[in-house]
Amino acid sequence: MNHDVLVLAEAAGDSFIDPTFELLGRARDLATAWGGRVLALVLGPSPDPSMLNADVVLTVSHPKLDAYTPEAHARAAQHVVAELDPKLVLLANTTEGMDLGAALSLWCQRPLVAYAVDVRAEDDAIVATSQLFGGRLLAEVALEGDRGICAVVGGSFPPARVPTRPPVVEVVAPPVSLDGVTTVPRGMPPGEDEDIDITKAPMLVAIGRGLKSQDNVAVAQALAEALGASLSGTSQVCDLGWLPRTRHVGKSGVKVRPRAYLSFGISGAPEHLEGIRESELIIACNTDEAAPIFDAAQYGTTADAIELLRALTSRVQQR
Amino acid sequence: MDIIVALKQVPDVGAGIAINDEGTDLARDRLGFVTNPFDEWALEEALLLKDMTDGWVTVVSLDDPGIDHALYRALALGADHAVKLVGTGPAWIDSHRRAGIMASWIREQLYDLILSGVQAPDDLDGQLPALLAAGLGHPFASVVVAVEVTETGLIATQEFGGGRVGRIELALPAVLGIQGSLRDPRYVSDMRIRLASMGGGIEEVRSDGETGVPTAGSGLSVRRVFTPEASRRAVMLPASPHEAADAILGLLRERGLIA
Ligand SMILES: Cc1cc2nc3c(=O)[nH]c(=O)nc-3n(C[C@H](O)[C@H](O)[C@H](O)COP(=O)(O)OP(=O)(O)OC[C@H]3O[C@@H](n4cnc5c(N)ncnc54)[C@H](O)[C@@H]3O)c2cc1C
Ligand SMILES: Nc1ncnc2c1ncn2[C@@H]1O[C@H](COP(=O)(O)O)[C@@H](O)[C@H]1O
Repeated sequence: MNHDVLVLAEAAGDSFIDPTFELLGRARDLATAWGGRVLALVLGPSPDPSMLNADVVLTVSHPKLDAYTPEAHARAAQHVVAELDPKLVLLANTTEGMDLGAALSLWCQRPLVAYAVDVRAEDDAIVATSQLFGGRLLAEVALEGDRGICAVVGGSFPPARVPTRPPVVEVVAPPVSLDGVTTVPRGMPPGEDEDIDITKAPMLVAIGRGLKSQDNVAVAQALAEALGASLSGTSQVCDLGWLPRTRHVGKSGVKVRPRAYLSFGISGAPEHLEGIRESELIIACNTDEAAPIFDAAQYGTTADAIELLRALTSRVQQR
Repeated sequence: MDIIVALKQVPDVGAGIAINDEGTDLARDRLGFVTNPFDEWALEEALLLKDMTDGWVTVVSLDDPGIDHALYRALALGADHAVKLVGTGPAWIDSHRRAGIMASWIREQLYDLILSGVQAPDDLDGQLPALLAAGLGHPFASVVVAVEVTETGLIATQEFGGGRVGRIELALPAVLGIQGSLRDPRYVSDMRIRLASMGGGIEEVRSDGETGVPTAGSGLSVRRVFTPEASRRAVMLPASPHEAADAILGLLRERGLIA
């Protein structure tokens, strides 16, 4: 029986996303425990594979894999997993991980654990700890059988060390199933104009749905201007068009590390917290004293966001 | 466009978490239930598409606690038809079984699009939309934040990490896991929900083992559930906006962030 651990590597620009390196680190521990190899799978155009601390990097190329589509990437991943039958498949719990984890689970008949924050070997068994209810609860789960898939939350493991010798690169022939893929990439949304780069802002005023209406965004904007800070927000306020998508902080947005992050009406979902953990100072305003944002913040208040924004703005302006 | 929206009720942990005596699950009998918030965005997206395409929206769910109210609410909001799949057993149903049960009903329907929330707070074994798509063999996408209708299908905007977004065109029928929509989920009064419930408009469909529904579970066994070690909680400043503002400016000043 094969004891390999396969990591689905996710390319982003000329490198890979942070979780890819984190998964490779844990994959090495697990492969050592089980006596298998670490495999990295890159679907479509690959950044320099020698960055990946794996024994073997598998690449699959096909015109349908040139840009990401769930359908094509799931079919290609299914092909490789079925062919190599690794003991464990590790994915990041990202958009791609959500798409591919479920499809692989069903098509390859393997149990899947989502939102994992830990994956361990217990003799031959795969055991994971997983977040439920946005991290308010943890579940320790054992996977039945000797094969599995875990989708791991970013930041759960330290990144793998830089490889001392380059991995062997193996080209896998694309499966014929790719020819049947109908999903077509259509590029970026139109009209996403150049905007300021919030990752460079020393101070951020961040807003969530607790601001209640788009009209109130101006109240937050006034504070940001008075402080010389930039305005940012949660994915939901960007989806609603209150802010441009370039201002979107978190797992699917950007990671920020300002000297101060002032948050108003943000609940603190784990996907949002992933983007703000490295801020030097977090101060949160949320009327719900049990809001998870208060676990990430150093200081908090249950004041009403609009009243607090106005009080802060008038004080800063009067200085 | 004929749209199916898969809805699910989840334990409401807003007022605190309760764990069962065995320590293996939430104490579901002691908790209230609410509709998965992402499913509400999915319903909103469906209603927007209904308006745009002169479409038809069917909401479907299993017999989750409090589901009747959720289904009546969906009807009051503008859904055309509500279906409850009954006879599948109470309490905890994992995403794999849920998808299998739903897929066996969906397979008999006529539809162009299936929408559901991208994730739910208790889907330990993966997210429903991609499981449904994989089981039904449809193109799909998770973390969708916008949908445009085209001549031959639709274009979904998917969000990735690092602020990256991508648009993909999918042939129909397709399955989308909705993360957000252009509009906040719409509001409807209790009065309108009561009116909808008097119409008696929920169709109950039996789907137990007899009907050949796939019942393969997730293949996970939960050993224990527990709350994470108390993480660092924020120091609370006064709740009065004026006192809080003074305290916050003091903190910024201490750090040299404002003069
Ligand atoms: C795959 C995936 C990726 C995601 N990526 C991201 C991401 O990158 N970034 C992100 O932000 N989210 C992301 N999300 C969404 C995330 O799960 C949450 O839905 C989102 O962060 C919630 O936004 P919010 O805090 O603005 O809204 P809500 O969760 O609705 O919170 C609003 C808060 O405002 C408070 N409030 C209400 N009234 C007031 C008042 N008067 N004054 C003060 N407070 C008030 C409420 O108590 C509540 O806590 C992602 C989700 C998924 C599934
Ligand atoms: N969770 C599930 N969701 C959908 N279909 C499922 C599920 N579990 C089993 N099935 C069945 O498995 C078949 C998919 O198998 P496959 O041939 O691997 O695509 C479908 O036809 C379903 O009847």
